[in-house]
Amino acid sequence: MANAVDHSKGLPSHPEKATLEAKNKFLGFWFFLGGETVLFATFFGTFLGLRSGVADGPTSQDVFALPLAFIMTMLLLTSSLTSVLAMFAMKKNNFRGLMIWMWITVLLGLGFLGLEIYEFYEYVHHYGLGFTTSAFASSFYTLVGLHGAHVVFGLSWIITLLIRYRNSGITLTNAPKFYVASLYWHFIDVVWVFIFTVVYLLGVVGG
Amino acid sequence: MSTTTKSKSVLWDWLTTVDHKKIGVMYLIAGTLFFVKAGVMALFMRIQLMYPEMNFLSGQTFNEFITMHGTIMLFLAATPLLFAFMNFIVPLQIGARDVAFPFVNALGFWIFFFGGFLLSLSWFFGGGPDAGWTAYVPLSSRDYAGLGLDFYVLGLQVSGIGTLVSAINFLVTIVNMRAPGMTMMRLPLFVWTTFISSTLILFAFTPLAAGLALLMLDRLFEAQYFITDMGGNVVLWQHIFWIFGHPEVYILVLPAFGIISEVIPAFSRKRLFGYTAMVFATMLIAFLGFMVWAHHMFTVGMGPIANSIFAIATMTIAVPTGIKVFNWLFTMWGGKITFNTAMLFASSFVPTFVLGGVTGVMLAMAPVDHLYHDTYFVVAHFHYIIVGGIVLALFAGVFYWYPKMFGHKLNEGLGKLFFWVFFIGFHLTFFVQHLLGLMGMPRRVYTFLGDQGLDTFNFISTIGTFFMSAAIIILVINVIYSAFKGERVGADPWDARTLEWATAHPLPEYNFAQTPQVRSLDPLFYEKIHGDGKMKPAEPLQDIHMPNGSILPFIMSVGLFISGFGFIMFNMENPILPPIVVAVGGLAITFICMIVRSVKEDHGYHIPVEEIKAKEVN
Repeated sequence: MANAVDHSKGLPSHPEKATLEAKNKFLGFWFFLGGETVLFATFFGTFLGLRSGVADGPTSQDVFALPLAFIMTMLLLTSSLTSVLAMFAMKKNNFRGLMIWMWITVLLGLGFLGLEIYEFYEYVHHYGLGFTTSAFASSFYTLVGLHGAHVVFGLSWIITLLIRYRNSGITLTNAPKFYVASLYWHFIDVVWVFIFTVVYLLGVVGG
Repeated sequence: MSTTTKSKSVLWDWLTTVDHKKIGVMYLIAGTLFFVKAGVMALFMRIQLMYPEMNFLSGQTFNEFITMHGTIMLFLAATPLLFAFMNFIVPLQIGARDVAFPFVNALGFWIFFFGGFLLSLSWFFGGGPDAGWTAYVPLSSRDYAGLGLDFYVLGLQVSGIGTLVSAINFLVTIVNMRAPGMTMMRLPLFVWTTFISSTLILFAFTPLAAGLALLMLDRLFEAQYFITDMGGNVVLWQHIFWIFGHPEVYILVLPAFGIISEVIPAFSRKRLFGYTAMVFATMLIAFLGFMVWAHHMFTVGMGPIANSIFAIATMTIAVPTGIKVFNWLFTMWGGKITFNTAMLFASSFVPTFVLGGVTGVMLAMAPVDHLYHDTYFVVAHFHYIIVGGIVLALFAGVFYWYPKMFGHKLNEGLGKLFFWVFFIGFHLTFFVQHLLGLMGMPRRVYTFLGDQGLDTFNFISTIGTFFMSAAIIILVINVIYSAFKGERVGADPWDARTLEWATAHPLPEYNFAQTPQVRSLDPLFYEKIHGDGKMKPAEPLQDIHMPNGSILPFIMSVGLFISGFGFIMFNMENPILPPIVVAVGGLAITFICMIVRSVKEDHGYHIPVEEIKAKEVN
């Protein structure tokens, strides 16, 4: 019951899980991420099963370029770091720091998204690797595209929070919301690390 | 925050409710409607198979019925009926005011309901799905299956989201909302099985969601996952489907075990034998349930090594299940047993389920499975599990918890009549199907030839379904009769053992005026023996904080429904609107509701102490 707490006495050291509501949110979100993991695992499995099913279309070795994937990885890894810094700021009751680091996270995420759109555009228009070209193409676009959709959702979520609470300071109501959003952002990052390995590195090596 | 006054209409009240008890009742009603619908389809299919070469149903209609019967029974009848009890009973059994996320709970119900509604709409757009409830590709691919299958894919996708969010809700509720003293090893078995079944839902329904998404993309947007000419693979679908499909059996049967583990001790007047063993057996069954999916694919050509591993893993499940069966028997052993309707169902469940388990071990033998495969033996096996296991347990649960849910008992005389007619009908229908299977009658085929030795048993099997249908009519009569003439009872009519019977009567919306202090397994029974017969409070009497109702879950679900329908429109000949507009528009409705929900802070309301005192007098 967030409203029952007297804010003038300051925040507890873990504002993100100080109330029962926040604890529920926190735990529920971890369970949700467990489900998401299985969801992605299924798409990874599908991709691994179908990645040599190129029919007459281009193969992964024809299209994948490591430099681009590397820059994307760096952007996303850095954004995970900045969201950690935002959480540190939150625990020190530094609202300005929370806002600044979260906005930087958003900018890095947008950069990643821009490169991904560029990447897909290149594949389709330069290499002729459309969504319907082969089983490999379909499974590639669903796996990486699903991750991209998660990035879009995560960015919209964080931006909504940033606008909604731009002047409110840290409260027991919004602290769990920011915390859970940053957890989601880390999850997206971890999934990308697997995509980088399983899709791009393995794809360039071939076999 | 305010103490709102309730002046809204009854309909509005139910559409906006976030009370776990009302949501439980809504699951019960919706599940029953779908149960009857799928049951009527089964009856029609059995009439078609009553005599050789009947012309009651066409082959196409038979295919549609067989698909819809399986799909509805598993997703829209058994699951919601179990969810009805989970919603209503679990918070009461752990001494909680509500579930962890009341809003999400309402959302889960409405999404499930509209997903089921979407699936049912297929009849009005060129026939139901016709590829079997497993929707194997290429039978379900865009080349062979019509619009009905798009309704299957998107209806299940939508309703699956509802099941998932409810599962997360149960998990958090059970971990975080337990009353003081209610340790994990004091949880009633029904709560334990709900917990483990919810874990299974979380990890099994997500592969299903992924699989359905793949099938949808294949069918609507010309993806190539399952098109072999383009590098796709059809066995991939079977793996994804059964990675979901096998745990699904345990998702349903574990809560059924939970109900049996509540009813048998209550009417044997003994505590459950081997509580700890029961808990760990449940976990073990759940774990093994995930490891055995490929036993549905022995004949697909995985090779002897894979077949052996999955065969052995499957047979291993018999061990924890056997532990459970013996613990139920030992609970009854030497007990002072009352054979009322609930107990009749619970005790008849045990041997019936064992029969289904034994044929399960038979089917797990990979080499012999080549003989049983796709015969009525398989049909008989899984109906012994699903009807003889889950449905019997559900009926036990209905008769056991009915007084708590509706304030009066169901009539015992009619109840016993219902039991015997149903039980005899069930065995009449399905026992002979084992024999039909061994004689080689194939499943999923809409007719058979005469003079092949199949006539008599098919006739008997159909007569059995008439018995079961009659039994359901008796149950409906019982419900209506008892609503008017049923015995009005207090809070604890069975002299039972667990916390749900310790609430005030009639059940207030906040469940417990003061959170109870739990001092033992079977807390209410402990207080009856060692205390003054009432639960000791763990907190002073104070204002109770309650969540506000909301119409948003309903609107969000309508949004998903519209979106699902929009996707189906991609495959329609002449859609009235551009499909993309409908699909995106529906999603927009849902997302706007999500934004409204997260931006608008809603702190609920308080029930003042005076109001609570007035309700707790009796």
